[in-house]
Amino acid sequence: MASVTPLHRAPASEPPALHARAMDNLAFIRDTMEAAGSFTAVSGWAMVAVGIIATVAAMIASAQDSVLQSLYVWIAAAVLAPVVMLWGIVRKARRARMPLLSGPGRKFVLSFSPPILVGALLTIVLFRAGLVGAIPGMWLLLYGTAVVAGGAFSVKIVPVMGICFMLAGTLAVFTPSAWNDWIMAAAFGGLHIGFGIPIARRHGG
Amino acid sequence: MAKHGTARDDRRPNVSNLRTVRGKSDEVSVASSRADALDRLIHERLRLGIVSALAVNDSLSFSDLKKLMNTTDGNLSVHARKLEEAEYIACTKSFEGRMPKTRYRLTPAGRRALERYLDHMEALIRATRER
Repeated sequence: MASVTPLHRAPASEPPALHARAMDNLAFIRDTMEAAGSFTAVSGWAMVAVGIIATVAAMIASAQDSVLQSLYVWIAAAVLAPVVMLWGIVRKARRARMPLLSGPGRKFVLSFSPPILVGALLTIVLFRAGLVGAIPGMWLLLYGTAVVAGGAFSVKIVPVMGICFMLAGTLAVFTPSAWNDWIMAAAFGGLHIGFGIPIARRHGG
Repeated sequence: MAKHGTARDDRRPNVSNLRTVRGKSDEVSVASSRADALDRLIHERLRLGIVSALAVNDSLSFSDLKKLMNTTDGNLSVHARKLEEAEYIACTKSFEGRMPKTRYRLTPAGRRALERYLDHMEALIRATRER
């Protein structure tokens, strides 16, 4: 059947195509960047800052008289570090004009959060049970697990860093608790700085 | 993913639909002039894809880009050459064993061009929303 052409053509509409095409182009850029797979919202420079915070915390914690006091120092650092990291991630994503909770970002958050929440709960459980010396090892293991899980949707270097944290956690669990501050310094300090610099240099900040 | 157009596509006016309504309102003229100011070189889809992919990677090989853009060797090299001539991307050729390897990276000029392009797109969206 032949198509019907109206006698009076509708007036050329406003330029909807322009708006739509601009949106389409931005979506295309975002999709390409995501597919290129190398973008990570994880901020390398924020990781370096977190590493410095951890190193300072390790120095203060090692000067404390008891394991409990040094644990308080680490808890203070654990409150400050995510704030710095979140600031770095938001800043990096804004600069790259990537929506934070786009496909990979959302997957990262959903994979990263559960082990961290479990870690927070286990901290309370172990603290109540008087197993304070076991807490740093558990933190490292679960932080490593979170990074490996979240990093599965990020650049390769992120899960590799997670594995290093898990190894450090394994070491902390099976060594005397007197070593904890140094293992924590090497992991939360050294690994964040050591991996943060290449991430910042190779993956956009 | 559909294969991308050939290098000839960039000769096509990219805002033809807009030009038909030019003069109807000042806003349209503003939007039109903004669209005209677009960097046509990276407005073409395949070239925009190359620049976007390189913006989030240190460098990418020819075969990485070919896979990512789902295009042919010929098409990719034509578009990559255009970007290279504009100094938006830089190309290095080397050998891995006996295999020639071509790698591309985004130049500062290319990054600025992408930034400008993103600004244009956002300005066009804002202009439409404000109407």
